Amino acid sequence: MSTKGKAYIVGAYEHPTRKAPDTSLAQLHAEVAKGAIEDAGLTKDDIDGYFCAAGDTPGLGGNSLADYMGLRLKHIDATDTGGSSYLLHVGHAAQAIAAGKCNIALVTLAGRPRSEGVQTGTNPRMGNSNQPDLQFEFPYGPATANMYAMCAMRHMHQYGTTSEQLAWVKVAASHHAQYNPHAMLPKVVTVEDVVNSPMVADPLHRLDCCVISDGGGALIVTKPEIAKSLKRPLVKVIGTGEAVKHQMGGQNLDLTFSAGRWSGKRAFEEAGVKHKDVKYASIYDSFTITVVMQLEDLGFCEVGQGGKFVSDGNLISGVGKLPFNTDGGGLCNNHPGNRGGMTKVIEAVRQLRGEAHPKVQVANCDIALAHGTGGSLGTRHVGATVIMERE
Amino acid sequence: MAGEERIYPVVPATPGSEPYWEGANAGKLMLSHCKPCNKAFYYPRGACPMCLSTDVEWREAKGTGTIYTYSVMRPAKPVYVIAYVTLDEGPSMMTNIVDCDPASVKIGQKVKVVFKPREDGSKIACFTPA
Repeated sequence: MSTKGKAYIVGAYEHPTRKAPDTSLAQLHAEVAKGAIEDAGLTKDDIDGYFCAAGDTPGLGGNSLADYMGLRLKHIDATDTGGSSYLLHVGHAAQAIAAGKCNIALVTLAGRPRSEGVQTGTNPRMGNSNQPDLQFEFPYGPATANMYAMCAMRHMHQYGTTSEQLAWVKVAASHHAQYNPHAMLPKVVTVEDVVNSPMVADPLHRLDCCVISDGGGALIVTKPEIAKSLKRPLVKVIGTGEAVKHQMGGQNLDLTFSAGRWSGKRAFEEAGVKHKDVKYASIYDSFTITVVMQLEDLGFCEVGQGGKFVSDGNLISGVGKLPFNTDGGGLCNNHPGNRGGMTKVIEAVRQLRGEAHPKVQVANCDIALAHGTGGSLGTRHVGATVIMERE
Repeated sequence: MAGEERIYPVVPATPGSEPYWEGANAGKLMLSHCKPCNKAFYYPRGACPMCLSTDVEWREAKGTGTIYTYSVMRPAKPVYVIAYVTLDEGPSMMTNIVDCDPASVKIGQKVKVVFKPREDGSKIACFTPA
């Protein structure tokens, strides 16, 4: 069963904080939930479905947060696929709504790695001792930065992608961030700034990496009848896709593409739209290489041509062919909880509503795509794609 | 040349993977081999990820391979080279490239296994230019 057109995003809220040492994780979730519910013009008691990712949610699955916020639920789903969770949740919420399991779904994300002093990118993160891959990987120091760096190194080797091309992704994000009063890095940077910034994990420089921030965001997803009764612009979910990519026991290792190759295809097929129809794209930008690979995987350019595609401002709103991450993205704005999927949906919703900053608002933005990857491109990950249409 | 060496942390073996670590201590790189698929795979496990057969046995690898990709972790002290090496038996494995100048490491380079000490004195497989 397709869920095309069976769910609408009627509420979206991004927490303005980027550093929250005095706010608890549960409180951040509650604050973003309140923001999204108010944005939709609903009340807390209207919520009967709740989606969150176990990994950024304190307590067992969504139990503690449902209690904290006093939610009365008919449907709960704490699927955690890392940063792509919230994109996946939009699809799962659409399915639950279409199946009549709930009517109005809340999705929340929050995190405070900055206040907690987590060295997100450069320190290998120890997992659970039952994690079967841990003993074979963790000792070698797989930090987030060097995992993505190994993808970039191979992409460069295989396709001739250059550091200057990767830098253009950051340059475009910074052009957008200058208009975002909440952005952590609002200064416009040049290709030279990026390639001359300190090397973190060859070939990725410091400015190829996203920020570390506290914060969060929330969405409200509901069925057509309710969406049409509210006073917000109509943002219809027309295509969703998810996919898992791993190593199949180390057979034919290929780190030059992501699960987006499959999730994107599924979302485009369901939506029945073409790439040229997409006016705006939110693309998870944990690193510059993440964007280049995912644009290829989603089919916005040929495999291996991502570097060329992003060059010369092609991702800058008002300049290039595919405006992306007009909030400044993870590279410049924020990366709450080290999970970028939520803000990708939120900025796409702003674009479709015509509520992005006027300097970056895409004219006649009727179709937008949001895509992300959760986990690590260097080992195993889940890609999730959402295509939305303004009605 | 590399100066100070990394100290490899010990992650406890999960039940069933002891032969891999016993092999490492004896200077052998052990791979899982699926008998129905007649293929080696990595990381080792008791169920073949290609066919889910549990008819899996341990076989010693030659310990030679080629660097598929790598990165030099600059903020780390000491700096280290993480890599995927494609073994001559087929599967690729995450590892470190050691005992060489990080600036000399290249994709496509031939490497051979070398065993380095972990915190508790046991050994772990790394690779060095062949």
